[in-house]
Amino acid sequence: MDKQLTTPLTAMLQPGGMPLDVTGYEQAGGYEALRKALTMTPEAIIAEVKRSKLRGRGGGGFPTGRKWEAVPAGPGAPRQRYLVVNADEMEPCSFKDRLLLERTPHQMIEAVIISAFAIQADIAYIFVRAEYVLAIQRLTRAAAEAQSRGYLGANILGSGFALTIHVHASGGRYICGESSALLTALEGRRPLPRSRPPRSAMSGLWGKPSVVNNVETLCNIPHIITHGADWFLSLSRCADGGTKLYGMSGRVQRPGLWELPLGTKLTEILEEHAGGMQPGYECRAVLPGGGSTAFVMRDDFDVAMDFTAMRTVGSSLGTGNILALDDRRCPVGMLHNLEHFFAQESCGWCTPCRDGLPWVERILAAIEAGEGEAGDLDTLAHHVSFLHSDSTFCDLAPGAMAPLGSALKHFRAEFEQHIREKRCPWHDTAEGWA
Amino acid sequence: MTKFTVDGEEYSAKPDENLLQACLGAGVDLPYFCWHPALGSVGACRQCAVRQYANEEDKTGKLVMACMTPVAEGARFSVADPEAAALRASVIEWLMINHPHDCPVCEEGGECHLQDMTMMTGHTTRRYRFTKRTHRNQDLGPFIKHEMNRCIGCYRCTRFYRDYAGGRDLDVFAAHDHVYFGRHADGTLESEFSGNLAEVCPTGVFTDKTFSAHYVRKWDMRGAPSVCTHCGLGCNTTVNERAGKLRRVLNRYNGAVNGYFLCDRGRFGYGFVNAPARIRTPRARTADGALAAVSRADAIARFAALLGAGGRVVGIGSPRASLEANFALRALVGHENFYPGVSTREGALLQLIAGILGAGAVHVPSIRDVEQADAALLLGSDLPNAAPRAALALRQAVREAGFAPSAKVEIAPWHDAAVRTFAGDVRNPLFIATPAPTRLDDIALDTLRAAPADIARLGFAVAACIDGAAPAVAGLSADLAARASVIAQALLAAKRPLVVSGVEAGEESVIQAAANIAAALRARGKSGALLLNVPECNSLGLALMAQDRPGFEAAFAEPPALVIVLENDLFRRAESVALDAALAATRLVVLDHSESPATDRAALVLPAASFAECGGTLVSAEGRAQRFYPPIIEQGDVREAWRWLGEAGHAAGRGGCGWDTQDGIVAALASALPCFAAVARAAPLETLRIAGNRISSEPHRFSGRTAMHAAQNVREPKPPVSADSPFSATMEGYYGKMPPALLPFTWAPGWNSAQAINKFQAEIGGALKGGDPGVRLLEAGTTAALPYYTEIPAPFAPRPGMWRAVMLPRVFGDEEQSARAAPIRERMAPPALVLNEEDAASIGAAPGEMLACELGGGIQHLALEIQPGLPRGVAGVAGVAARAHALPGWIRITTAGTGAS
Repeated sequence: MDKQLTTPLTAMLQPGGMPLDVTGYEQAGGYEALRKALTMTPEAIIAEVKRSKLRGRGGGGFPTGRKWEAVPAGPGAPRQRYLVVNADEMEPCSFKDRLLLERTPHQMIEAVIISAFAIQADIAYIFVRAEYVLAIQRLTRAAAEAQSRGYLGANILGSGFALTIHVHASGGRYICGESSALLTALEGRRPLPRSRPPRSAMSGLWGKPSVVNNVETLCNIPHIITHGADWFLSLSRCADGGTKLYGMSGRVQRPGLWELPLGTKLTEILEEHAGGMQPGYECRAVLPGGGSTAFVMRDDFDVAMDFTAMRTVGSSLGTGNILALDDRRCPVGMLHNLEHFFAQESCGWCTPCRDGLPWVERILAAIEAGEGEAGDLDTLAHHVSFLHSDSTFCDLAPGAMAPLGSALKHFRAEFEQHIREKRCPWHDTAEGWA
Repeated sequence: MTKFTVDGEEYSAKPDENLLQACLGAGVDLPYFCWHPALGSVGACRQCAVRQYANEEDKTGKLVMACMTPVAEGARFSVADPEAAALRASVIEWLMINHPHDCPVCEEGGECHLQDMTMMTGHTTRRYRFTKRTHRNQDLGPFIKHEMNRCIGCYRCTRFYRDYAGGRDLDVFAAHDHVYFGRHADGTLESEFSGNLAEVCPTGVFTDKTFSAHYVRKWDMRGAPSVCTHCGLGCNTTVNERAGKLRRVLNRYNGAVNGYFLCDRGRFGYGFVNAPARIRTPRARTADGALAAVSRADAIARFAALLGAGGRVVGIGSPRASLEANFALRALVGHENFYPGVSTREGALLQLIAGILGAGAVHVPSIRDVEQADAALLLGSDLPNAAPRAALALRQAVREAGFAPSAKVEIAPWHDAAVRTFAGDVRNPLFIATPAPTRLDDIALDTLRAAPADIARLGFAVAACIDGAAPAVAGLSADLAARASVIAQALLAAKRPLVVSGVEAGEESVIQAAANIAAALRARGKSGALLLNVPECNSLGLALMAQDRPGFEAAFAEPPALVIVLENDLFRRAESVALDAALAATRLVVLDHSESPATDRAALVLPAASFAECGGTLVSAEGRAQRFYPPIIEQGDVREAWRWLGEAGHAAGRGGCGWDTQDGIVAALASALPCFAAVARAAPLETLRIAGNRISSEPHRFSGRTAMHAAQNVREPKPPVSADSPFSATMEGYYGKMPPALLPFTWAPGWNSAQAINKFQAEIGGALKGGDPGVRLLEAGTTAALPYYTEIPAPFAPRPGMWRAVMLPRVFGDEEQSARAAPIRERMAPPALVLNEEDAASIGAAPGEMLACELGGGIQHLALEIQPGLPRGVAGVAGVAARAHALPGWIRITTAGTGAS
């Protein structure tokens, strides 16, 4: 690897789609970062990661180094400690982690070992979305290969550090991707989120200090170790470091996934990488980072897709996987489809989410079916204003309100037209979302 | 105390309280569902939203859930904040989306927390216009009715049933607005605490099925504070009556005793009060030998004549009758002719217990104390079957070990899910030594399955390990020695160690061993608590009253001229053949509430009031004297036993029967027997009037009093008044700040459900205002010491061809009165003889096969049940409480196939 490396996450992707086996990965420079990390102190690794300004790529954007730092360290600190990889990629229109898991499993394994070393975890879990069967197979195989080469086990590369990795297939609910619910699920219990405090760093898996990180986040770690924080910072076009796996779907010319500098502009992704809209389609708005982000309207497409800039247009980076809404689709129908998902995936624990989201879904279905009533938009707005992160138990429902809130603002005329005309204006022409 | 402000008013709270608790404690109403004072906070329902301000300058603040918010010094909150109030109303609107709003036909209506909270938030109109989701209900057995459509998803049921009570067969299924609380399939709820679901559920999902069978609205029932009569723990209950029928039993909060929860035997065992087997009129033996109804005056005259006929008059009292009734009988016949109405066998155990506890040398724990033990040993006692409520407390005691480590990482004890996650299986040590497995084994650090003799040896060895002065056990096995050492160290390391044994242990030596441990702890400067469980509601009271009196069999050593049996089915306590013969040789007067084999043999049967028709005092295993009051007032010829006895004695010209009121007999008892001097303070005098009024016994919304008999007569009869209680019989009277022992129903403005109890507590989840009811008779002094028992039994040695039969208690069926209730009968398993698999194989018997053994003077036919873990050579006998007087003992077992073992 050289200092000119600009796409660290995807540099080792092989044509044909097969991942590198352990030998191929080693020949490409793999596990060198691990050898280097084991010569460092955990504190030094955490310091380097903090300096790199790596922030969580799962949607939250929490600084990774700070998350690690919160784990009690030192001789008196409690053991066990756990590192948990959140590979439960279920955010609507997001498929970035899947690429890394399926195509670079050894990169994932190496990242886990270094990160576990940094927080001195004894056991790591990779919690994978159950439908990612190929990812599970390849991770399992990679872990076994790593074990056979001494990268995993009781005394990793003679360092005295020991780690066991378990690849765990999720039971299959969206809520399992919520980091605390993921822990509860790992414990074999009903996947209910947990109330913070205490944070997972104090009381996580089985009440032990735990760190939960996203796949893409962790895959950056070996490269930060190899090339350093300055290099990592230089990759991005914003204050935070690194690249980002941006994806795009919808009626674009080339739907896909690209590793680009963090802070790449939305319009550049749409026009250059995705090749613009298909002929005959206009892009009206996008959901920039999955189903839990607010619409960004065409006038704002010049925004940089990073954690800070996305706030200025009333949205957030989320997973960085963009969904384009074109002019031949009904925004109400799109909302209904999304809210159906969120309502169905509500875990049923807290009242506003459990009983509010299904109500929202039914109102949207009614409006779309031409059975909307005066007052429906007020009821929807009521949910947008009351399903916020202080009123609900976790961020599922507030996330579900992000697209709805922005849609009520930007597509209000369309909503009113549905109710007024008692029909969907796109009814005869729309391409469905179901 | 921590000071905090709500809407500008300053209040104070205990430092470890959450804001919801603190608000309720301060009298600030805030709606809630998922929080429960005994279950803690989980933040699920989002009902208790308030605004929190960071400091005085902060005018924006943020919404927080009060139940999840610690109260820090100087913290500032607003309940009245418009957004918080709007969110609270909105939560109700969401909860009501799928709620059927079937209040007019819902059993919970009128005492529904959901109704109360809905009113409190001010939410009135629902905008939801789509179809409500519906669920299929389950048959959950004879106790609990299931109506899932009413569910508002607060998760209290599963949190109580699973997390608090250790049950496994109730859970939450599915997700989003389809969440379903029930069993994996229809079937009887297994937990003996299932009845609490009816009170824990904030609406009508889980309701009392026995109550549904004769349902009445809350405001149409008369309530009375009562005390459970179905085991020795003395849980406080509220009992409800209408039209002469006992309708239901509810928990009555007592911070020191039962807190918020009852067991199912206590809650559902009341059916005997309404049963056809009740004795309602006096009956006397006619010339042709039949029993015929006679008038009250005639009955008194006949009784007096029998008393006056000369010869020895013997009185047999009862451990299920009040102190007053027993004292009246004792006064009538004289102490030397009074027998405590238990078998010689049980009497010996009870007197041993009364002697140990009465010495004032050990702390006798309340149930609350049990809950706070930090190390415990169950010695020979299957507590979950013998005294379920204490076992439930022990479950909490074990779990409280998690609080201290959680507090170190700033997880407050009320933060229930976080404590359970963080503490994991951190547990206070619980050791269980019993012949058969118990339902506390899942949380025990160590369990020993052994015969009573070996259990006693373990106990003696533990005492010797704790204090070298305690007698050592000769020839102790290495295994028992090692276990004893571990137990001794755990008890010594604890701040509040607890030893539990009881009559159910079956042998004196086990109880003595338990006493030795408590004495040894005391010798080492520890205040070890000793709970010695007793089987019936007044077992300990009776044992204290007649400490030097033998079991009732001794009454027949010389045939007496007249035997008076008080509220007691002697045939459950003695060999029937011998008892038959003894009774045939004497004349018999029986005072009881229900028919029994004894009433068939009586010359005179007098209808005695049950606990639902009279007042009285019971002494629990804690030594707590507690008063119960009658909800049923008009009962024709049914009268208090002490009143029958007093009037008959008076008519016969016997002295010492000069009381004719409840207060009078309590005063006589207190002055005659020093150990009961405090009993008069157990509850206020019956002459108590507040502002000139009796205390009303019905909530004020009584709707149908004049309409009740409208078909016959629209005139309203004058309500009856009990001469022996300070209650009115109606809604008229005083209701407000009452002595805590006199709470006839739980109500406060805006609070119609059981949750209204927070208005009567000095501290939420703590003692009642004015102190928890009852008076403790057995306080440990500072100087008294308990001498060590030195008779250590030899190790258990199986005998060829014989088995050591021990009683295995069962929650349902062992207690006489509740076993008469139909719903309890449904839960009673058939009698069984329990062997381990090797012993069963050795006699070639298969599970379910009928085996015969001679037990208590007759051949018993019992189905074989296999119990792995039961020691070899030990046979458990279950479901035949009536033969307890013969246990433990050696038996032979005969199989149908071989004819011999």
